[in-house]
Amino acid sequence: MVPVLQVEHLRKVFPVDDRRTLLAVDDVSFSVAAGEKVAIIGESGSGKTTIARMVARLTDVTAGRIFLQGTDITQLTGRKLREHYRHMQLVFQSPADSFDPRCTLGDGIAEGLRNFGWQKQAAWQEMERLLMLCGLEVEIAQRYPHEVSGGQCQRAAIARALALRPKLLLLDEATSALDVTVQADILALLARLQRELSLAYLFICHDIALVQDFCDRVLVMHEGRIVEEGTPDEVIGAPQQTYTQRLIDSVL
Amino acid sequence: MSEVTVRVQVVRRDHLRRRLLFFGGLAGVLILAAFFSSSLCPYDPYEQNLAIAKAAPSAEHWLGTDRYGRDMLSRVIAGSFTSIFSTLLLVGFITVFGSLIGIFCAWSGKWIDTLIMRLADMFLAFPGLVFALAVAAVLGGGVHNAIFALAAISWPKYARLARSQMLAQQELPYMQAAKMAGCTPLRLICRHVVPNIAGPLLVTAMLDIGTMMMELAGLSFLGLGAKPPIPEWGSMMSDTRNLLATQPWVTLAPGFAIFLSVMIFNLLGDTVRDWLDPKNRR
Amino acid sequence: MNEIIRYDHVDVSYNGKCVLHDISFGVQPGEILGIAGESGSGKSTLLRAAMGLLGKDGLVTRGDIWYQGKSLPDLVPQELRRLCGADIGMIFQSAGSSFCAIRTVRAQLWEMMQAHGMTDAQLFEEQVQELFARFGFREPRRILESYPFELSGGMQQRVGVAAAMLLRPKVLLADEPTSALDVTVQKQVIEEMLLARELFGTAIMLVTHNIGVIRVMADKMLVLRAGEAVEYGSASELMLRPQAKYTQRLLAAVPQLRR
Repeated sequence: MVPVLQVEHLRKVFPVDDRRTLLAVDDVSFSVAAGEKVAIIGESGSGKTTIARMVARLTDVTAGRIFLQGTDITQLTGRKLREHYRHMQLVFQSPADSFDPRCTLGDGIAEGLRNFGWQKQAAWQEMERLLMLCGLEVEIAQRYPHEVSGGQCQRAAIARALALRPKLLLLDEATSALDVTVQADILALLARLQRELSLAYLFICHDIALVQDFCDRVLVMHEGRIVEEGTPDEVIGAPQQTYTQRLIDSVL
Repeated sequence: MSEVTVRVQVVRRDHLRRRLLFFGGLAGVLILAAFFSSSLCPYDPYEQNLAIAKAAPSAEHWLGTDRYGRDMLSRVIAGSFTSIFSTLLLVGFITVFGSLIGIFCAWSGKWIDTLIMRLADMFLAFPGLVFALAVAAVLGGGVHNAIFALAAISWPKYARLARSQMLAQQELPYMQAAKMAGCTPLRLICRHVVPNIAGPLLVTAMLDIGTMMMELAGLSFLGLGAKPPIPEWGSMMSDTRNLLATQPWVTLAPGFAIFLSVMIFNLLGDTVRDWLDPKNRR
Repeated sequence: MNEIIRYDHVDVSYNGKCVLHDISFGVQPGEILGIAGESGSGKSTLLRAAMGLLGKDGLVTRGDIWYQGKSLPDLVPQELRRLCGADIGMIFQSAGSSFCAIRTVRAQLWEMMQAHGMTDAQLFEEQVQELFARFGFREPRRILESYPFELSGGMQQRVGVAAAMLLRPKVLLADEPTSALDVTVQKQVIEEMLLARELFGTAIMLVTHNIGVIRVMADKMLVLRAGEAVEYGSASELMLRPQAKYTQRLLAAVPQLRR
């Protein structure tokens, strides 16, 4: 069976100035099977967000290849790339910034549907269904992002990500900016959606405690490399690397 | 145990809405007056009557008359048409044109962006009014050429602003989300970029109305703008400057008109900026 | 009562809107009080009220904050400025941004000490070196000669704590001191703050949304929600047996690592 996402020997080099460069991601390979929840854990500067941005094709790769459902999307642009975004969506960290401040949440969620040829009426109905699926009132469609709470906004962002019925959701610190009680609600929602829609998640996160019960597999990143990989119980219970051990010991 | 201290807080009310209506209203009145200027004039602004030349302000001629005996009030009112509409035309043109160039540069990136932006830098590095003078001198006088000259030196400011605003917006998650929702570049620009960068551009344009009005008046003052006898505030001041010591009202009247209009548009620009600032909204 | 700082029925309002209501508690010398709350609970406002940093719209509209027999909200600005730093130290979420970017750490610390009456540069140098050594900085000289941006975020925060301790304040007000940091660095900063308490007997008022930080640091704990005090008591007791429904929900939502 073809994995939803397969990443091979991914590298990203950022120019710092004329002479120096920064190796943000160094020879990273992994895959995400259909319906699998994979976490990438790492501290700031470990390259985890860069990986998400490269997979989402928001940043070009320096080297390596990205396969989405068996298709190489590494070099795709324009219309072909847009077609592939149907299968993969990204949920961002900051709820307030992930919607256009001048559009209602409903318009934001329905936008993807409209772009892929849905009629206005049908797109609006589908949007309302998505809101309810994500535990929101239908009335929220008329509101603007700054009028709702962070938790509601993040639910709406998840609804938008689901609009095109993707197989893979990239969650880039999707719960990190939220209060803990809200974070728990959003995690419960994500777990339910994953069961109902058999989604695959690439869950990018700095909090190892958060992924312990949530994910099937954990990749630990340090200075651009994957230093450890395994089920949460393996990685947390019996870490092989000193870095992983240090990371676990630092958790309060 | 002593009593709990209580302190009185003065609650500051937000008059932003009222300020916006007030200055917006003033600017509206100014523009309307300029539009209907020909019917507002008490006398014909071109009618000469040497018998009453250089008359001091009186009940009949509120602002006195100039050296040809033309009624100054009528000339100031008539002059508003040229002064205000040429300014609005100029500012409107450079805002739209400059912003489009900026958006195009930010979207295209690569060498064409670099090329146009270096060109813009060259325009910015040139002393503005000197350049405008040169352009006006080559093309000859007249309001149209003055507008053209000023447009040629003013667009880079808007291009740079639009470009930097768009680059900043493009980095925000909602733009990337829209991109991933399958928006084409054109739709991305029309639906998301333009509405979100319009605010700063609009404010800059509003604040520029005053500057541009002064620069146009300046060019006219130097004889490169409106040609006499067409009433225009800058050229009116220029015409009459040798009377400043003896009959100051003929120079001061158009000067005051410029001052008033510049101030109204500047205050309106400030208010619009405050109003667009999300921090000032609930 | 030998409390070092006491909040007494404190209300804080912004432009007529009450954001903190009837907050009372006291902090003993050397005690660490953890103030927990989610966004909008008013936890940062609580610290800002003591430091007179409420801005032009904010005011302690009711109650007093007592420090050494003086009510902080009623002090004239000059007097409050003299207390802040010398008697009441502060640390913010990003110490880096409270440093000036274009001058070295040494120049800024020297300026701070001068503002509080130090004139002897030699003595200053000795004191800084000694303090940095006690806090276990490996290269104190290099740090002093650095510009803030040359230090990592964690190092900036550690220098921020050390800088606050230079004046030996009796109370340290810390507003989310570790929230911008990675967990491995967070641990170092926590250890440094605990060391500061041990060395100098400084009381700490610690505002954070991170319950874990309170768990390892605090003696007492105050839970805030929407401007109201929900629960106050011994931190360990409160963590173990939360009384209020909200506290129970808050603690249950914190992800715990099973090792």
